[in-house]
Amino acid sequence: MTSAIHEGLVPGSIPVGRDAPAPARRNKIEVVELTARYGNREAITGVTLSIPARTVTAIIGPSGCGKSTLLRCLNRLHEATPGAGVSGRILLDGRDLRAEDPIVVRRRVGMVFQRPNPFPTMSVRDNVLAGFRLTGVRPRSPEEVVERALRRAALWNEVKDALDRPGTSLSGGQQQRLCIARALAVEPEVLLMDEPCSALDPVATARIEELVREVAPEVTVVMVTHNMQQAARVSERTAFLYLGRLVEVGDTATIFTRPAERLTEEYITGRFG
Amino acid sequence: MNGRAEERDPAIRRFRRRRLADRVFLVLTVASVGVVLAPLVAVVGSVVARGAAAVTPEFLVSVSRPVGEPGGGIGHALAGSALLVGSALAVAGPFGIAAGLFLAGTRRNRIAWAVRASADVLTGVPSIVVGVFAYAVLVVPLRHFSGLAGTLALAVLMWPLIARATEEVVRMVPRELSEAGLALGARNWRVALRVVVPAAFPGIGAALIGAASRAAGETAPLMFTAFGSPFLALDPTEPVAAVPLVIFNYAVSPYDDWRRQAWAAALVLCVLVLAGNLVSRSLIARRAPR
Repeated sequence: MTSAIHEGLVPGSIPVGRDAPAPARRNKIEVVELTARYGNREAITGVTLSIPARTVTAIIGPSGCGKSTLLRCLNRLHEATPGAGVSGRILLDGRDLRAEDPIVVRRRVGMVFQRPNPFPTMSVRDNVLAGFRLTGVRPRSPEEVVERALRRAALWNEVKDALDRPGTSLSGGQQQRLCIARALAVEPEVLLMDEPCSALDPVATARIEELVREVAPEVTVVMVTHNMQQAARVSERTAFLYLGRLVEVGDTATIFTRPAERLTEEYITGRFG
Repeated sequence: MNGRAEERDPAIRRFRRRRLADRVFLVLTVASVGVVLAPLVAVVGSVVARGAAAVTPEFLVSVSRPVGEPGGGIGHALAGSALLVGSALAVAGPFGIAAGLFLAGTRRNRIAWAVRASADVLTGVPSIVVGVFAYAVLVVPLRHFSGLAGTLALAVLMWPLIARATEEVVRMVPRELSEAGLALGARNWRVALRVVVPAAFPGIGAALIGAASRAAGETAPLMFTAFGSPFLALDPTEPVAAVPLVIFNYAVSPYDDWRRQAWAAALVLCVLVLAGNLVSRSLIARRAPR
């Protein structure tokens, strides 16, 4: 993997030459002056944001501030909505997303939705394998894929004897973890999560937060949440969006303790939103 | 004393007025339901009363007999109707489902507009006109009536029904479901075929059955296409019998026996169409959203 070379500094080496100010963390995604519209309405305006690799980045902000739209731009799902439009650039590993086939983008950038949405006509096993089945790819060992994905989603022990049951027969929290397993099964580089816990109870929420922490060293996670405690618990970086604009982005600890913007502070302390 | 106080209280007087209005409306709605149901009960009642006695197992399987000969039935017509409706369904089903999927997937598009408009216009065209069309297209060039022409007429009638019903049930599949498929990197057509159609499957089944039972009751488009036949004729290039045609021919005949059989055939047709609608309904009910 050539990317590993860029990822960090070799311990003990001294940066020299042009590479001297090499970033400590490589950016997986760069969003540059992104504007997204539904018809004539701008949902996000001129957002510029970089998302470091193998970290959890939380996007927070009040309802309707464009969090989900921003997320849906990152796997080009936004443009699948009728009437949607985008301008600006998004770079994935330095390459413009628009230069790639959206199909390829979405294989590299997985997504988990707000409400658990396992395919109702498929079993638990088939749901996990859906990313292969629906793209015409045959995994070498489907059983291994299923077990690995379900283990990563912390669901294996609960469903290993129920793989043939319909995916919708599971509880809400299990369904959401099934959806995470489905997204992880195809080994994406990035995982987008759109308020993944908003339909779940606190126990199920805690399990999902835990598994997000566990996959983060391997996968870049971008999580939209309206729950600030959740952002504080799971993310390394936090971006605050308000009325479609990026107000502030930084290390989560900084954003929550010493935000640079007054608006951020007011939102975080619950004065609006 | 207490009662007086209540009567003077404007809140309680208002409440009483509302309760009265509520009851009046309840009576009115129940009466309207009665008005709507009365013709149905009358139709079904008279069909059952006059037809039930003649419906015997033998009636269902034997073919037409000449006037004066006792017995005889509508076996040939049931087989003919099954052939006509079945083959029309085989033709209109795939086209209708494909069109419905297309319509559900595309909203603002000139082709979609044209397809939707033609489906709607076609639904409104009197069925006898469709029969004339099939007559002109197939009967005139081939120089005789045929099951083929009847099939064409029924297929033309069924296509828009299937397309619009499919569009509706496909639209009811939650968007999150197709987005989940898209987010996994699946192409649109695969998401449509592997995610959306299976989720809408009961509804599409209901659409097919609904269209079939509607077509099974059609008489006008068959009168000068399939034409009818007293024999068990299943050659699609020949005239083919159909239950509605038997009802029509027997009902206008001067023979008491035939008219009795027309009532019996009407009962059979009613039961078949009703059963089709019930199955179609129950399929829709089962496709309850999560």
